[in-house]
Amino acid sequence: MELWYALVDLLPFSWAEPGQMYFMKNALLAVLVISPLFGLLSTMVVQSRMSFFSDALGHSAFTGMAIGSIAGLFAEPLWCAVLFAIAFSLLFSFVRRRTSLASDTVIGVFSSTAVALGIFIATLDGGSFTRFNSLLIGDILSVEPGKIGLLAVILLLTVLLWVLSFNGLMLSAVHPALADSRGVRVFWQEALFSAVIAVVVTIAMTWVGLMVINSLLVLPAAAGRNLARNMRQYHLLSVLGALVAGIAGLMTSYYIDASAGATITLYLAAWFAVTFLLRKGRQ
Amino acid sequence: MSVHKHGDLSSGCSGSCCLRVSGLGVDMGDGVLLRDVSFHLHCGEIVALIGPNGAGKSTLFKTILGQLSHTGEIAFERFGGGRERPLIGYVPQSPAFDRGDPVSVLDFFAAAISDYPVFLPIPRKLRERVKTCLERVHAGELIDKRMGALSGGELQRVLMAMALEPLPHILILDEPLSGVDIDGERQLLDMLDEIRTAYDLSILLSTHDFSTLRQYADKVILLRKTVLKVGKPEEVLSSREFQEVFHLDLGKGGV
Repeated sequence: MELWYALVDLLPFSWAEPGQMYFMKNALLAVLVISPLFGLLSTMVVQSRMSFFSDALGHSAFTGMAIGSIAGLFAEPLWCAVLFAIAFSLLFSFVRRRTSLASDTVIGVFSSTAVALGIFIATLDGGSFTRFNSLLIGDILSVEPGKIGLLAVILLLTVLLWVLSFNGLMLSAVHPALADSRGVRVFWQEALFSAVIAVVVTIAMTWVGLMVINSLLVLPAAAGRNLARNMRQYHLLSVLGALVAGIAGLMTSYYIDASAGATITLYLAAWFAVTFLLRKGRQ
Repeated sequence: MSVHKHGDLSSGCSGSCCLRVSGLGVDMGDGVLLRDVSFHLHCGEIVALIGPNGAGKSTLFKTILGQLSHTGEIAFERFGGGRERPLIGYVPQSPAFDRGDPVSVLDFFAAAISDYPVFLPIPRKLRERVKTCLERVHAGELIDKRMGALSGGELQRVLMAMALEPLPHILILDEPLSGVDIDGERQLLDMLDEIRTAYDLSILLSTHDFSTLRQYADKVILLRKTVLKVGKPEEVLSSREFQEVFHLDLGKGGV
């Protein structure tokens, strides 16, 4: 972290002066880790038509937090939430495979169940829901160095997953039977990918906020698709868009004192609008 | 179109590889999809599978591909008695790509035939390999097009090139002619014949286009949950079973 602080001190901003405003410097580093992570995951969330599913995962993450804070199984409710989200995503993958219902119906079933369970547990014994409000909006300024390290490890693991199994994931998304005929284990690929999204959404929720976290999984790739003609361009546009919007959003939110998560999302929405217009021009 | 037909269908395997399906049944719990399906597929043979929608053609393909559990036996035999699982090239019914899908032919192809993650810049060598594969079906120029921008015929050719790498023992095509215009259809059928002659592999395909069966198919299987009729195209097309299934000869349209 010392190295990071020394680097930030070189920036020409008032908060970047040495020896102060560590929360802002931490937040900037966190954004630099979170946004490429979401930009990367976003590509496959959109390609596999899982944007509704990732939204449901956000809800399950909240439920996990509620269970965690009540049960007190771990020192931090976060770990309980992570476990719950993984279980939720695996159960979902299993049910989706075993039923003939459409995917969005199964997601609806899971999503509403998770939300209801979360609210039920949170308000049990006359508990107040307000203590969970912070999860809805999120606060990137509250991020601690240890958690940034955790996010960085997750980013590395996700990149590793991408290098090892991106091809299989993409084939499964396009045509499961074809992927299977080429030796891809479609079910496990999809289950692993949903579990990764579950973990990332749950861990990032505290800082990004439940209400806007799904937009980070949808907008970067959606914007990328407007312009990209192949997978390289798609990833580049998605990751870069997320990174630029992340940094710009954090800065803006600092100066006008608004929620960072929401500001980042608005930048991404603007990025989407720009790519959309450029696309129109191209055709 | 050169057609070399295998004369004796009942003598078992005469070629270097053979697919022998006997007494095959598939029951998914909500009704029997296939029952007592038996047929042979010989080396270098083109066999066409016909039948109404819901007759179980795709189910049969998925079963042969090992994606569905079944009763009965699917045996593969190779020259010299080898019985290990053969490579099956599968050309699915045209997968739906969005027009805007950022998946180029190169991306899709490279992802299927190699382990190199295609979101990174693709090395020249891999690109050359994909190009070579595509040229087998005269589709080299499609390499940088997006999958969603291909015509029905082009998409089928790309998928066929993919199924031929690595070279399979059996090639399975699920309705290769649907969504393909007349020119594309002729091109595809010529190509199938070319492939069969060049690589001596067995081809099993399903189709609704009966007018071209006589030209390219060695054998036709009429399927409706079970095999109703097997034989040379003219035998099957003029059979009582065929007329029953397709209600007289409406289905012969175009002949």
